Amino acid sequence: MSHTLGLIFIIIGLAFDVFGCLGLIRLPDVYNRLQAATKCVTMGTCSILFGTFLMAGFVAAGLKALMCIVFLMLTTPVAAHAISRGAHRSGVALWPGSVVDRYAEDQEGERE
Amino acid sequence: MKKTRWVIGSIVLIGLVIGIIMYPLPFLFFPELPHLDFLGRALYIILLAAGMCLYRINRGPTAADRIVAVDIFGILIVGFCAILTVSTGRSWYMDIGIAWALQSFIGTLALAKYLERRGFEE
Repeated sequence: MSHTLGLIFIIIGLAFDVFGCLGLIRLPDVYNRLQAATKCVTMGTCSILFGTFLMAGFVAAGLKALMCIVFLMLTTPVAAHAISRGAHRSGVALWPGSVVDRYAEDQEGERE
Repeated sequence: MKKTRWVIGSIVLIGLVIGIIMYPLPFLFFPELPHLDFLGRALYIILLAAGMCLYRINRGPTAADRIVAVDIFGILIVGFCAILTVSTGRSWYMDIGIAWALQSFIGTLALAKYLERRGFEE
């Protein structure tokens, strides 16, 4: 039973990984690519790790997988925010079709 | 024209995924190989996703694209190590995954700080 559940979680995670990397290719902008790729691949890898935990049980491999889930959930959003902030400050232009840019408005407000 | 591109792309993607799951690439050249279970074939799907990341690293218009792709590549390797852990039953592959996640996080933060400070000229 837990073997089948683990396989289902691993298949869901693989689908999320592939479609996240497809978004990394197809989307038009640094920020869009960052959003699609980071969310989808973090969710997919955490699902693969949870499937590993379900298939291995409460042994060394499963507990290490749980630790790795907590670590990824903590660190990947921090890295994504750092990349996005660095790209915006170093002057990477937005896609021409994007609607609003709150960060530039905030910076103009601080200057005034 | 745009619809044609979407149809061709989806046919290629579905064909790749089915081909990887049903009949992996080395069996075309060496048919006498021992047959893999599903987890052995899942490694090929992660390699496909990693190939997409390598395309973005190669063709990124700015430096931020390349940093994003390297970050995503590191997370994919963690999933690769998890599947190796299950399919071989050796728990030390998971240690490699944890260490790789930590190293990738620190490297990405350092690259983002460098990008924020001065900006690459490309």
